[in-house]
Amino acid sequence: MLTEPARLGHADHNGRAAPTPAETGDAAHPASHGSLVDAHAGRYAARAAGMVASEIRALFAVAARPEIVSLAGGMPYITALPLDAVGEMAGQLVAQRGPVALQYGSAQGDPALREGICEVMELEGIHAHPDEVVVTVGSQQALDLISRIFVDPGDVILAEGPSYVGALGTFTSYQARVVHVPMDDDGLIPAALEECIARLASQRQRVKFLYTVPSFHNPAGVTLSAERRAEVLRICQRADLLIVEDNPYGLLGFDGEPQRALYADDPHSVVYLGSFSKTIAPGLRVGWAVAPPGIRDKLVLAAEAAVLCHSSLAQLMIGEYLANQPWREQVKVFRELYRERRDTMVEALSAVMPEGCRWTRPAGGFYVWLQLPPGLDAKLMLPRAISSRVAYVPGTGFYADGTGADYLRLSYCFPEPARIREGVRRLAEVVGAEAEICATFGAMSRAGGGPAGASPADLTGPAGGFTQP
Amino acid sequence: MSDLGHVLVLAGGLSPEREVSLRSGARLRDALCEIGVDADIADADADLIPAITTDPPSAIFPAIHGASGEDGSIQEVLTLLGVPYVGAPPDACRFAFDKPVAKAIARSAGLATPPSVTLPREIFHDLGAAAVLDRITVTLSLPLFVKPARGGSALGASRVGRAEDLPGAMISCFAYGDTALIEHCMPGTEVAVGVIDLGSGPEALPAVEIRPLSGSYDYAARYTPGQTEFHVPARLSRAEAQAAASAAVTAHRALGLRDLSRTDLIVCGGEVFFLEANVAPGLTETSTLPMALEAAGRSLGTVCRDLLSQAAARGT
Repeated sequence: MLTEPARLGHADHNGRAAPTPAETGDAAHPASHGSLVDAHAGRYAARAAGMVASEIRALFAVAARPEIVSLAGGMPYITALPLDAVGEMAGQLVAQRGPVALQYGSAQGDPALREGICEVMELEGIHAHPDEVVVTVGSQQALDLISRIFVDPGDVILAEGPSYVGALGTFTSYQARVVHVPMDDDGLIPAALEECIARLASQRQRVKFLYTVPSFHNPAGVTLSAERRAEVLRICQRADLLIVEDNPYGLLGFDGEPQRALYADDPHSVVYLGSFSKTIAPGLRVGWAVAPPGIRDKLVLAAEAAVLCHSSLAQLMIGEYLANQPWREQVKVFRELYRERRDTMVEALSAVMPEGCRWTRPAGGFYVWLQLPPGLDAKLMLPRAISSRVAYVPGTGFYADGTGADYLRLSYCFPEPARIREGVRRLAEVVGAEAEICATFGAMSRAGGGPAGASPADLTGPAGGFTQP
Repeated sequence: MSDLGHVLVLAGGLSPEREVSLRSGARLRDALCEIGVDADIADADADLIPAITTDPPSAIFPAIHGASGEDGSIQEVLTLLGVPYVGAPPDACRFAFDKPVAKAIARSAGLATPPSVTLPREIFHDLGAAAVLDRITVTLSLPLFVKPARGGSALGASRVGRAEDLPGAMISCFAYGDTALIEHCMPGTEVAVGVIDLGSGPEALPAVEIRPLSGSYDYAARYTPGQTEFHVPARLSRAEAQAAASAAVTAHRALGLRDLSRTDLIVCGGEVFFLEANVAPGLTETSTLPMALEAAGRSLGTVCRDLLSQAAARGT
């Protein structure tokens, strides 16, 4: 049913000056009142203005269908989990510890789980005390809580360019201004970071923190080298800049031991975010933050205000899983599985992608970051891809400044290898067809840009750069 | 329960309008259930034909928007299966879904339509895009409206006010299809006129006037409550309202449509211009057909139940 219409009178939103027939008395019907359908349209906060239906979301609704090879979503391959064992564990948990598992808990999180989290983090060189850990609803909630306690409207957050789309969404919902720092094959470029900090300082901009995904970056797929980790820490220490280290993929490296976390070398000026979404299961929504005491206390209070407490059942399930299941071996299973899929995707790209495309070769994680030939716009190309039954995520979503139009993110974590090959084959055809269209119109369109959001800035591409392996 | 028996609402599909269709279908199913009709939703996928053949419904209401739902494909399959359905037969769907064809048929029936050209992408490649676009701009004059020849929900469509924006609009359009319709963008009042035929001939519903707050009735303006102001009935003069109603009925008849349709028009200086006709109009909360039904004192559920009964009685 229609909601009660908002009564608007005859306000003219289109700037038309001529009176309506209703006003001149020549109307077929009595003067009608406009309806915006949403009776609350005039009440929303300014920050909700961007929350509108979008073509891209409409296209992703199609991408979820099995007929489409989706290289878009970053869904872990949950089927590889020992689901029978997990199911049995969950049943026993409720039967034996139901009064705790189904009860309220503390906002900081279950103490036994926090001990387990500390054990997990030791693999990345972090020696934290369970008191320093705050459990969150996935690490996504940690991003929200950090924004809540640090960001005033207009504050600047530094982030890699590109950066995780979910973080950008959170930061902008708190009306932060995200300034991107370029990356290359070895991750964030320290000199560019230093230059950016200096520039913002000279402009008296208030920078609240550097947000970084140092290992197996989403979406870029690259990893901050050990040398650069030290350099980034030094630069931020000198600038007295807090670092938010988001590390959901850290244990999913394909070569050698996990990289040492930034937090491990500077626990006083780094907030570390972790997650079980990629190493166990995202459906349980359990992540965490480790932070210096002052920040930790505020995160706990902010979590209490946001959710009162987290799911006790989900926390106990993760705690049980860590205590009684071979989780290290399971992470190895995931690593091998994702390595095979990474190899499949990179080989398929090398075999079929048209000239002019470049992409990263991730050493872990879920994503390949692909640059299209000059002039192509991944967002404008997406409908063609969906028609050809393949999906990806256009690059502009990973930038807060409208750049990235010539990039797209491909994920290899969920589709089986044969589907990855087929998806890449379809994508290559799509890129070929789009290149033809752009060859016809592209050179002319530089001056204008497409109406679907491609401003001239969209066509310039981000700074920094990645090389084809 | 209604004596209509079990009916199916088809919603989903694989066009970019899938999400809109799912919302239309859910709303229609709920409206039918509220008045006691035994209605279910089905997607147009590999499960559909087995479901229909195992348990044939009394009638089907296709609420799939975009290709396959509106280009006659689904209707052709339902005809093959011998299942009665609401709406236009396959040929009429094909005519209506192809905007340039629909415009030509509307013109033959005496309706005015905005001046336009229809060209496939190859012609721009073969003859040189710059020369062709320059000629289009000179002949049609700015502002222009570029849209895929087939498709809906304004996907791939854009208003072009400056010649330098035209190539970008063409790239965006050709991502949705291989043929573009480029129209002169008429100033005036944009209205949508629903037509229903419950057995006594096509009848126009009150025109719904569309005023997007951003100035552009794009995808966001169509499907975000609060982004567009609707006036029902449209703020037209008596003569304009009659002309709009008459144009919608004329288009419905000329295109060979059946049961229900929605025709989009521009009313400019007392004259009515045909833009396009839809065989599976949107039924979401921001869609104009349900608003028009409500303004006419009819309920969505009852009208659609009657259309289903009519289809069941008609057979295939």
